[in-house]
Amino acid sequence: MTPPFPRQDDYVRVQNLRRLFDVSRPWLNRMIERQPRQILRAVDGVSFEVAKGETFAVVGESGSGKSTVARMVVGLLPPSDGEVAIAGVSMTDPRAAAARRQLRRRIQMIFQDPYASMNPRWRVDRIIAEPIRAFDLIRGEREIQARVGELLTLVGLHPDDGRKYPHAFSGGQRQRIAIARALASNAEFLVADEPTSALDVSVQAQILNLMRDLQDRFGLTYLFISHNLAVVRHMASRIGVMYLGRLVEIGGGRELFATPKHPYTRMLLDAVPDMSHTGRQRIPVQGEIPNPIDPPSGCTFHPRCPFANARCVAEVPPFKDGVACHAVHEGRLVPGMQAVA
Amino acid sequence: MPPPPEMIPPPASSAPILSVRNLRVEFATRRGVLTAIDDVSFDIARGEVLGVVGESGAGKSVTGSAVIGLIDPPGRIAGGEIRLGGERIDDLPPERMRQMRGRRIGMIFQDPLTSLNPLYRVGRQIEETIRTHTDLSARAARQRAIDLLAEVGIPAPERRIDGYPHEFSGGMRQRVVIALALAAEPELIIADEPTTALDVSVQAQIIALLKRLGRDHGTAVMLITHDMGVIAEAADRVAVMYAGRVAEIGPVDAVVGDPLHPYAKGLMGAIPTLAHSAERLAQIPGSMPRLSAIPPGCAFNPRCPKVFSRCTVERPEPLPVGSHRVACHLYDESGQAAA
Amino acid sequence: MATTAPTTPATLPEAAPRPASRLARFLDSDLYASFRRSKLAMAAFVATVLFFAVAVLAPWISPQNPYDPAQLELMNASLPPIWAADGQAPFWLGTDDQGRDVLSAVFYGMRLSLFIGVLGVVVSGTLGIGLGLIAGYVGGFVDTIIMRVADVQLTFPAILIALVVDGVAKAVAGAHMDVDAQLALIIVAIGLSFWVQYARTVRGSVMVEKNKDYVQAGRLIGLSAPVILTRHILPNVTGPVFVIATINLALAIITEATLSFLGTGLPETMPSLGTLIRTGNRFLFSGEWWIVAFPGLALAGLVLAINLLGDWLRDALNPKLQ
Repeated sequence: MTPPFPRQDDYVRVQNLRRLFDVSRPWLNRMIERQPRQILRAVDGVSFEVAKGETFAVVGESGSGKSTVARMVVGLLPPSDGEVAIAGVSMTDPRAAAARRQLRRRIQMIFQDPYASMNPRWRVDRIIAEPIRAFDLIRGEREIQARVGELLTLVGLHPDDGRKYPHAFSGGQRQRIAIARALASNAEFLVADEPTSALDVSVQAQILNLMRDLQDRFGLTYLFISHNLAVVRHMASRIGVMYLGRLVEIGGGRELFATPKHPYTRMLLDAVPDMSHTGRQRIPVQGEIPNPIDPPSGCTFHPRCPFANARCVAEVPPFKDGVACHAVHEGRLVPGMQAVA
Repeated sequence: MPPPPEMIPPPASSAPILSVRNLRVEFATRRGVLTAIDDVSFDIARGEVLGVVGESGAGKSVTGSAVIGLIDPPGRIAGGEIRLGGERIDDLPPERMRQMRGRRIGMIFQDPLTSLNPLYRVGRQIEETIRTHTDLSARAARQRAIDLLAEVGIPAPERRIDGYPHEFSGGMRQRVVIALALAAEPELIIADEPTTALDVSVQAQIIALLKRLGRDHGTAVMLITHDMGVIAEAADRVAVMYAGRVAEIGPVDAVVGDPLHPYAKGLMGAIPTLAHSAERLAQIPGSMPRLSAIPPGCAFNPRCPKVFSRCTVERPEPLPVGSHRVACHLYDESGQAAA
Repeated sequence: MATTAPTTPATLPEAAPRPASRLARFLDSDLYASFRRSKLAMAAFVATVLFFAVAVLAPWISPQNPYDPAQLELMNASLPPIWAADGQAPFWLGTDDQGRDVLSAVFYGMRLSLFIGVLGVVVSGTLGIGLGLIAGYVGGFVDTIIMRVADVQLTFPAILIALVVDGVAKAVAGAHMDVDAQLALIIVAIGLSFWVQYARTVRGSVMVEKNKDYVQAGRLIGLSAPVILTRHILPNVTGPVFVIATINLALAIITEATLSFLGTGLPETMPSLGTLIRTGNRFLFSGEWWIVAFPGLALAGLVLAINLLGDWLRDALNPKLQ
């Protein structure tokens, strides 16, 4: 049986999630070239909870494993280890299969590329109606079309837009259609994987506002994946920062930006080019993200960290009090922006 | 001849290195001629970074391509002129233009791999550029290549110079491209989305580098990007483009902090920032028009919250308002905000 | 385009213009524009349509039914074409040794050749697309098996495969196969020889499409693999298949003609263009050249027109060449 949640209102609970990818060359090449198997640890022991109605954001640079987390949470990718439970139903336990089928329609996803997320040969009304038909939510063609029109209006499009094909729409309009499709099955939990990073900024604002409006209206719960700290700050009530497959820090939105704990979070906040930083002088961060196939030992951030010591090189820091950092745990580093460099 | 260009007060004391006047670029398609760039004028002074910002379809990259003479058919420069150091370059024969690129204009693109030949060691590519454009000896060219790699922040340049492009990380590759662009000591560098493909922690390094090099070498930089954050940090002046026109141009503090054009205002309000979290972002309805359907009058009028009758019939020309130049009927010729 | 006006749906929902009909959209497409630009493609298209029309309408437009013995007169045997000195109306292209009108025989032969060609393409296409979809979507062991079989088959010429299939089937069934069974056999033999190219192309496209987000969205609402394959992936991988099908139609016709020419194809009672060439071949030395020449010209013209059309289609659909 699934153990009771630690918090009463936790809607999503992710525990010790892990995902390995075998990125080895084909067997014959390996034998001839005498190479070992290569295993990429895309996600390495990630745990977090999302309360009902909140927006939890996972932020990280490319290769941090944030999209892999998203795909495991919605069930598109089986985890190598660990557990995902949504609304009390385990997404991994084979015994919960029946309950999972019931849950299926309540979890939907919004993808990054609005040009690839819709079948280009289908009309928009058919695209939006597909979940309704698949879950047999409404009977009767007229009733389904009425619901599609309602959904299109909800996301700021006109019901007649359903008669067009996706190519007739701009990127922002397609993202609205994708949101309408996600809501078609009365979903209550939406996983949005970089939903605005393919869009222009003025259109991004429209989509972010729309997502917030819909959340207020339907009490939606969001898992929001992004590389853009400013967008995350705008959207999320709680934020997890990922680096090389691990969560290094989790904090409330305001708190994380005001008093970041982990050196990587501080570095990101200092490095991101931002509009409020006109003409700012700063010490640029050194180094780049290491190859995730061969990550550094101990704390994977140690080669770029100004506070690293021998323990950081040897020992993986445990996740405690919202941060995985020896320097913070030992009190060598106090939360806040001042201590960088 | 086009009407005499209105003089734009040069931002620095010296004459501009790049001067673009009334530039017009057209693309012939089977549905008719599309105007991608319509009457665009700006200057860049020595050592200055001009940010050109706009959403996709605004014409910022086409403007950059026009300056370096890389508009391929069916596109063509249909009007206006481009001067580099006072000399007209928009009507040069292709061979002369080819020499000009690399020698007097350096280029940095979004994907560093498009600028580097994967089969040659990076040192050889830089040395080749140096020797094509200067009369340095092979040995001196190699030393200069090493110096350049050191200057763009590549560790152990005397060793890395013999590496192949694939042996460098994304950020390091873009540094090599910058070294390559600087190799012939050009007067102007065109950087088209130079940080877009890089991770955020690396973007800041590249921006700082571009800015410092422009200043140290007295090179003018035209920085084309969609990222307002990059512009805010790197540019001295910024031109906001919309539907093939410059909507507003001015010093970066003024344009970012106090935009005048309704589009620029909307754009700044639409971008979430780290400084504070607004409850709602300002939003501009709709999206950039396609080239085939640019509205008459001011191209922004269907999306503009302050649209009035004149906007739908008469195209606004850029006029000085304080330290900015703004193409908007809200600001009349005396530079005062109307009604 | 009427459908691309910049709408401002966020604040002003406005009625969308009526979507254009399929025909209107085709006439506005780049494919059609490319077609209008290429005179060769238009000529090939007209010729192909003409050949198909002749094939379909053969029973109604032929001067005689060449296989109805009642209509044959030995008096008319071995007449030369009408422009020769001994030519006689209505035998425009002359007659064979039994008084059979060559023009009618060519029309009927064309009908049979195209029938076999089209069905051969349908069989190989269905088989190839099916196996390609499965290999690309399922991957792993299944993919390895299917693609290795394809690789092995590719090392043999298609005509050899068809000959083997034909030979084995005839050996199993014995000598007394009726005409319809022989027809079916040759179609299957052609189908089995040409499936590999479809399978490889479709597999490649499927591996690209199956990772696109619209397929993931289908998985999220619990659609089964067959549903995703047929509803979502298949319609998006058909572009290259049309090109292959067109070029393969020409190949299938040639293969059938070769088999028939070698005598393992259709019997003389049911002559395709290939059979006509084989039977006409022996009159070549007696000077009755028209019995073999016109079926030969018809075959060459048919294959050339279809090939030109296929080449144009391949170039027009390949974005890299534009």
